[in-house]
Amino acid sequence: MSTSQSTLVAAPAAAPATAPPSPRRRRVRPTRWVGVLFVLPATVYVLVYQLVPVVYGFVLSLTEYSPLSRSGPEWVGAANYTALLHDPDFGQALLVTGRYVLMVLPPTVAIALGLALLAARPFRGVGVFRSALYVPHIVSLTTVAVVWLWIYSPNGLVNEVLTTVGLAPQSWLLEQESALPAVAAMRVWKALGSNMVLLLAGLQSIPGELYEAASTDGAGALQRFRHITLPGLRPILTYVVAMDIIFLAQGFAELFILTGGGPLASTTTVNYLIYTEAFQYNGFGSASAMAFVLFAFIAAFSFLSIRGVAGRRS
Amino acid sequence: MSRAGVRWSRLALLAATVLVLVPFAWMVSISFTPEEQAFSSVSLLPAEPTLVNYVEAVTDANLGRAMLNSLVVTAVPVLTNCVAAVAAGYAFALLPFRGSTALFYLLLSTAAIPTSVTLIPLFLMAKGFPLAGGNDLAGYGGTGLLDSLPGLMLPHLVMTMNIFLARQYFSTANAELAEAARVDGAGEWRIFRSIYLPLSRPIVAVIAIFTFTGVWDDFLWPLVITQSPEVQTVQLALAQFLASGTVRYGTLMAGAVLATLPVLVIFLANQRHFVSGLADGSVKG
Repeated sequence: MSTSQSTLVAAPAAAPATAPPSPRRRRVRPTRWVGVLFVLPATVYVLVYQLVPVVYGFVLSLTEYSPLSRSGPEWVGAANYTALLHDPDFGQALLVTGRYVLMVLPPTVAIALGLALLAARPFRGVGVFRSALYVPHIVSLTTVAVVWLWIYSPNGLVNEVLTTVGLAPQSWLLEQESALPAVAAMRVWKALGSNMVLLLAGLQSIPGELYEAASTDGAGALQRFRHITLPGLRPILTYVVAMDIIFLAQGFAELFILTGGGPLASTTTVNYLIYTEAFQYNGFGSASAMAFVLFAFIAAFSFLSIRGVAGRRS
Repeated sequence: MSRAGVRWSRLALLAATVLVLVPFAWMVSISFTPEEQAFSSVSLLPAEPTLVNYVEAVTDANLGRAMLNSLVVTAVPVLTNCVAAVAAGYAFALLPFRGSTALFYLLLSTAAIPTSVTLIPLFLMAKGFPLAGGNDLAGYGGTGLLDSLPGLMLPHLVMTMNIFLARQYFSTANAELAEAARVDGAGEWRIFRSIYLPLSRPIVAVIAIFTFTGVWDDFLWPLVITQSPEVQTVQLALAQFLASGTVRYGTLMAGAVLATLPVLVIFLANQRHFVSGLADGSVKG
């Protein structure tokens, strides 16, 4: 349930722990069956509580099932999926989810890249900036959403600033036009630090000699950025964009706190719809079908983004 | 780099950092502002600072009980991940057996599964947990692990990402140490316990921290499986207090501070593990 939080920073954090990869000898090691005993507890657990639920969930998505009924799941085949094709609420939720990802992703990556470029320079005190910018990432979505609820409140920070410069205050979270962008702005703020840290790790992996050579050849700052920095960042950029898509497309807690999916379902993401369908209307079957459609969309789009960012080499 | 360049970078970073930290400054400020003023005044320094909000957060918003619950619910997965995930990662790296690579990738693939896909099945599995919450051996008759602390821990006991991290770490470790110990007749468990585990403190720290923040910050699972205030987690208590009537920002912010403190303390104490290269560049001027 929570791996999503940690995956985003997993890659760079592994870096200090592992020594610089020494040339690994491809020596065939003897099979040690005692290894099975070492992996057994974790393997059994992951199979039972991570893999079995996927299969179980898919089976549920082919049934009609209310947890309150005495009879148990009732087989309906693909009916839940075909029903989703004609479900305006689900279509709307898919659109909202897509719009949410598009509102958050480009500004986050762009600003994070700028910050990473600034923070990549070795000067005294840069570590403090890196840590401080990372703080929003470790605080839970629930908690930061509570703080931003105040920021957007009638007498909150945003309206206070607006009135100071002579503009009219707004009900940011209560208007259809502004609710989703307001939540998205919070999410950009929250995701900046983790994206920056990953990109920073990418920047530091680009050999400095490349820049020196380019400078001697008379390349300007912009040329160096285009021809050395961007290509060098491509692997980590691919990872960052794919991870962002995976997590942003699952937005839930922030919407639960800030908007409750409203106004008029304008912030009801697919995950939010799954939650209400399953745990307020007891539609376990159709909610499971929604989850698998979301899964397919996330897989497709993260795959496309990987192709898009990583595949333009030729 | 030129001196002016450094100055501008530092200035730009300072501006960005201030902007990023502003919400937290207000969170702390409002948490010390009396409720009557918290709704209308937006001065960063409270005129009459008070601790009343914190008292109310602990009592009215159930944060006291919720903090304890969250600590228990977090501590157990931290422990199980540090043992089971580390041992598995170690074996995947240094004690390979036939099919171990395929098994590793099978386990790792689960890290990409959206939480909503497994949410409903996990809920039903928690509900049908054998011999718990009035259930019989087949998992019928009661509520299983729903609305209980063990139920809250259930999806977090081993995180596949942690197995991955441990395997990465041990795959760069020196395999000759084990060979030498084997020649001396040491058993595999002893080799792991007394040679490799002591060397793996950095990765154990990383795994402990990720597990801690991951479980502490989780919201959807506690929301789905708990009902009673006795088993509420911190994040849930905040949300429930928010939903319970007129918004009281003072109490809410005090609660937010309390919910943030543990992860913040752990982060600050372990920054170098958390963020790669965080300390790099802090030496040269």
